[in-house]
Amino acid sequence: MLKDITLGQYFPGTTLAHRLDPRTKLIAVVCYIVGIFNCHSAWAYGLMVLTLIVSARIAKVGAKALLRGLRPVLFIIAFTAVLNLFYTPGEVLWTWWVLKITREGIRTAVAMMARITLLITGTFLLTYTTSPIQLTDGLESLLNPLKKLRVPVHELAMMMSIALRFIPTLIEETDKIMSAQKARGADFESGGLVQRAKALIPLLVPLFVSAFRRADELATAMECRCYHGGEGRTKLHVLHFAARDYAVLALYLALAVGVIVLD
Amino acid sequence: MEEIIKVENLTHTYGIGTPFERSAVKDMSLSVYRGELLGLIGHTGSGKSTLIQHLNGLLKPTSGRILLDGKDIWAEPKKIRDVRFRVGLVFQYPEYQLFEETAYKDIAFGPMNMGLKGDELDRRIRDAARFAGLRDELLDKSPFALSGGQKRRVAIAGVIAMEPEVLVLDEPSAGLDPRGREELLEHIRAYHRERGNTVVLVSHSMEEIARYADRIAVLAHGKVLMRGTPREVFSRGGELVKAGLDVPQTTRVAMELRRRGLEIDPAVYTVEELRDALLARKKGGAR
Ligand SMILES: Nc1ncnc2c1ncn2[C@@H]1O[C@H](COP(=O)(O)OP(=O)(O)OP(=O)(O)O)[C@@H](O)[C@H]1O
Ligand SMILES: [Mg+2]
Repeated sequence: MLKDITLGQYFPGTTLAHRLDPRTKLIAVVCYIVGIFNCHSAWAYGLMVLTLIVSARIAKVGAKALLRGLRPVLFIIAFTAVLNLFYTPGEVLWTWWVLKITREGIRTAVAMMARITLLITGTFLLTYTTSPIQLTDGLESLLNPLKKLRVPVHELAMMMSIALRFIPTLIEETDKIMSAQKARGADFESGGLVQRAKALIPLLVPLFVSAFRRADELATAMECRCYHGGEGRTKLHVLHFAARDYAVLALYLALAVGVIVLD
Repeated sequence: MEEIIKVENLTHTYGIGTPFERSAVKDMSLSVYRGELLGLIGHTGSGKSTLIQHLNGLLKPTSGRILLDGKDIWAEPKKIRDVRFRVGLVFQYPEYQLFEETAYKDIAFGPMNMGLKGDELDRRIRDAARFAGLRDELLDKSPFALSGGQKRRVAIAGVIAMEPEVLVLDEPSAGLDPRGREELLEHIRAYHRERGNTVVLVSHSMEEIARYADRIAVLAHGKVLMRGTPREVFSRGGELVKAGLDVPQTTRVAMELRRRGLEIDPAVYTVEELRDALLARKKGGAR
């Protein structure tokens, strides 16, 4: 049950989209998002949707998996759409009490819905095809120039990859402790608010204990292998731009620039 | 013999509908008889833990049924908690589930969830601690201040204190030193004999199972490969080895001696029996 939570889950694969350099994909997503926010006309939105469909096809990610990412934000999408629908001034088409729908309102509502949907599915496509470790590697490499400004890029990336690495472990652990306490008759599902909060103690105490133990062990293990921060550290997987990366980058840059200039 | 738990055509599939879909238990049928000590053995990933989590309703079968005293445990999903009190399950590495301030309070968690109070509660806690081999003075200590082996005993006592009809233990001796293992298993055996309760013992170690179990079920790849008394199972040592499983050292020695032409009963599996068999041959004057 807890395992069903997707945190932008990675689906392993070997498609072109999987093999791209993570930096390429990050930049491409940024281009795509810039494009989305500069769309005004229907053809521009159409182009964006088409790009997404083609990319998803190449990555062999099904429509169902893509749309699943929308579930948590469905409410926000609906909320924005309704607000825009009723509160955009313009040519009135329909009124009832204080509510009125305008032509412009319909247009903005649809546009907002399209933007949020494309934004979310686009980023999900990135996380579906890129493992968390690759993502942090890519981010670290892209943010490297910030080191000059004394931003601890490496440390931040390391923290992020450790956190990402341990999310599944912690979820699994929670599941296990929950089962163990249920086996002793613990009841996490019924009772009032206070009772439910109390029922969490047998879950949270062991969870924290084990998280601290893990952190301790990890720190020791890292020190044993002489980890001393990012200074002079080399990578096992060195990121390389290949021809396909340049091609994809060019396409996405063209998309963003095209939309900004022409639309 | 009377069946207390019956597993009927149980299948369990993890991650249905994801790329990680996988059946850990496939169409498995198995009976647990009242009052026996059943040993469950199988290689890593053979589905032992998955199977036993069905016995007290922690996992729901993908298909198939679990009968407790002839009644489907999922017939009334609301009453699944009662099943958990009747079939006590001790998880693998149970020491990580301790959370109370003292060992005593932690052992009390299960029985208190059953609604017990006062003298009865106290009696159960002390009885359970004794069965698990915990000395009285340890009961007032924080569980986090105990050694690994002691923590595990607290966790086991926490399940025994519910006085379940069936006690299921998932690799209770994993990660203990040889002496700790033996002590713990002796305590479990004493509990089994004194109470006459049904015990299901999951283990990796053939030696352990051979010594303690009345009956053995061997799991491989989510199915029951063999079942029977230790004698019946170990006399088919060759098949076990072929299935990638270990056999007790004694059986291995006996198998090798047999291969070299010494006639030894294939059913021999304890050190004492092997010794007697060899001595008998020596007295008989063969070689
Ligand atoms: N929560 C889960 N989600 C997905 N797959 C699982 C889960 N738990 C177990 N599995 C898979 O099911 C199979 C059987 O696992 P199980 O834990 O039942 O094996 P086991 O016999 O207890 O092994 P071990 O001796 O290592 O404890 C394994 O291949 C495992 O990867
Ligand atoms: Mg197991």
